[in-house]
Amino acid sequence: MDVRLELYRQMVRMRAMEKRAYDLFLRGLVKGTSHLSTGQEAVAAGFAAAMRPDDYTFATYRGHAHTLARGAPMAGILAELMGRGNGLMSGKGGSMHLTSTEHGMMGSYAIVGAHLPIAGGAAWSAQLRGSEQVAVCFFGDGTTNIGAFHEALNLAAVWQLPVLYVCENNQYMEYTPIRAVTAVERPAADRAAAYGLERVVVDGNDVDAVYETALGALGKAREGGGPSLIEADTYRHGGHSRADPGTYRPQREVEDWLARDPVPAYRTKLLAAGIAESKLAGIEDAAARETDEATKAAEDGPLPEPALVERDLWADGGAAWRN
Amino acid sequence: MAQLTYRDAVARGLAQEMRRDERVVLLGEDVAEAGGVFKTTPGLLEEFGPRRVRDTPISEQAILGAAMGAAMTGLRPIAEIMFSDFFGVGWDLLANQIAKTRYMAGGQLSLPLVVRAANGGGLRFGAQHSQDVANWVMAVPGLKVVVPSTPRDVVGLLAAAVRDPDPVVFLEAKGLYPVRGEVPDGEITDTLGSAVLRREGGDCVIVTLGLMAPRALAAAERLEREHGIAAAVLDLRSLVPLDVRAVLEQLERTGRLFTVEENPRLCGWGAEVVSICAEEGFTSLDGPLVRITTPHVPLPAADSLEDAALPSVDRITETVAKSMD
Repeated sequence: MDVRLELYRQMVRMRAMEKRAYDLFLRGLVKGTSHLSTGQEAVAAGFAAAMRPDDYTFATYRGHAHTLARGAPMAGILAELMGRGNGLMSGKGGSMHLTSTEHGMMGSYAIVGAHLPIAGGAAWSAQLRGSEQVAVCFFGDGTTNIGAFHEALNLAAVWQLPVLYVCENNQYMEYTPIRAVTAVERPAADRAAAYGLERVVVDGNDVDAVYETALGALGKAREGGGPSLIEADTYRHGGHSRADPGTYRPQREVEDWLARDPVPAYRTKLLAAGIAESKLAGIEDAAARETDEATKAAEDGPLPEPALVERDLWADGGAAWRN
Repeated sequence: MAQLTYRDAVARGLAQEMRRDERVVLLGEDVAEAGGVFKTTPGLLEEFGPRRVRDTPISEQAILGAAMGAAMTGLRPIAEIMFSDFFGVGWDLLANQIAKTRYMAGGQLSLPLVVRAANGGGLRFGAQHSQDVANWVMAVPGLKVVVPSTPRDVVGLLAAAVRDPDPVVFLEAKGLYPVRGEVPDGEITDTLGSAVLRREGGDCVIVTLGLMAPRALAAAERLEREHGIAAAVLDLRSLVPLDVRAVLEQLERTGRLFTVEENPRLCGWGAEVVSICAEEGFTSLDGPLVRITTPHVPLPAADSLEDAALPSVDRITETVAKSMD
């Protein structure tokens, strides 16, 4: 399949799933909190398409799209958001902890910055095993001010680990503009020099540019060239979480970014490149159908059995701490 | 049979497991070139090379994170946190990530790793390099907690910890590092959650582990000699899993139970042990359950103050004798 069509397909699926997740919040079917990445699809799609099936993804609590992009079933994701027994983690993790190891999705981590050193560890293991796998770790701009960011980047650089640290700079650290709380202009790229790394900035709304950047960095890491720190400029269309309408953002800024929405922009680009409208419409229809079917499967799923509470703390499947 | 110090036993145990399984790797501050600040890892770099024995920066989060990421992708890492007091620096990785991830992922991820640290007092290091943090880690669901008291057990329990499929916090009693003991030749392995009866006695049982185990034994000898009290001494060896059966069995046999623990009193492991005894061994009780602990203070530095804070042979002997009167 044409890579461009695959990139488009993935972005359309992500958009459809996230919109559906939002509808399900409004209907009260998704509990707790949830963090959507509507508007940031190009980053997840571009990297996932460039990765090998056995590469590792580490995501943040804003990880629905990354999980879908690695091949995890949409029904399993939506069911997990809805606390169903047919969810990816049987309802044990929820929205912020999506994990699907069979798809290389090594977890979504809800404490800001915690997963950067963990991704480094997976890369270290790949290096020692000589497997040529690469760990790709996505994080937000706010993470760059957490201590674990610096510890992880330093260790990755010193040990020349095959890991890509990808900052999805969506301009806001929760409710606060990242520039208001950061000493440098570019929170990730401007710090690359501190670890002896190249300064890399990519337009995170241009999926072709993301894909090319990902291919380059993955290739370098696989050949023993060490880590990369990549800053992808993008924007979340909604607020930080379901409770946040995002009204603190200047209207002009929101409009500017919405005009650069990566999904319709790529559609326009593909049409201009001579791809038939019917092909794109077919991808869109398929995504809509998939989303409806996944929603139904999730809604029809059973509630997790209460006995699951004391299961899977330990590798023996149980949770006993005494004999 | 060799006479080894507790510190030498750590290196012996690590080497035993690294020879057995090439997935076992060691990382931490000063563990390679320097052989460990407590000289618990000498010779390992020479035998296993820099790929498997790695010096790290002073980055507790990076050390624990690297161990976790490596464990979930096929290695069996052993991370050294130089002093257990520094768990605080890496507490998110230890308590939120390493401990919770298997459960949150619905069992998809396994984390077979060991976090070793020099734990507790006895060396006059002051409050930030001396506290016994067993009570911190045992309260977190998802961490197993081991505290050996003899050189032989260091080797056997370290082997059990490395081979265990779950995260194990291995607390080395730093006050015991210079203590010698017999260690049999050849491979030694133990089972986590199995207490050892160090001394038989029909009048009462003293439940303990780590640095306090030899003190409890010395106190038991004095109790016999000076007071005619026959005290059994049960060395728990691990707190998670906890050998409750052995505790209740000794309680049933003796009717009186004392705990001797190094951690500060509030929410120390002894509280859990006596609570279980009160709930499940009540009919065996011939007297109050008594806890002997460090007071609820950070550990002070001066000789006389640290000695006053930690349970001593004198304090254990006197407390038990008075209570048994």
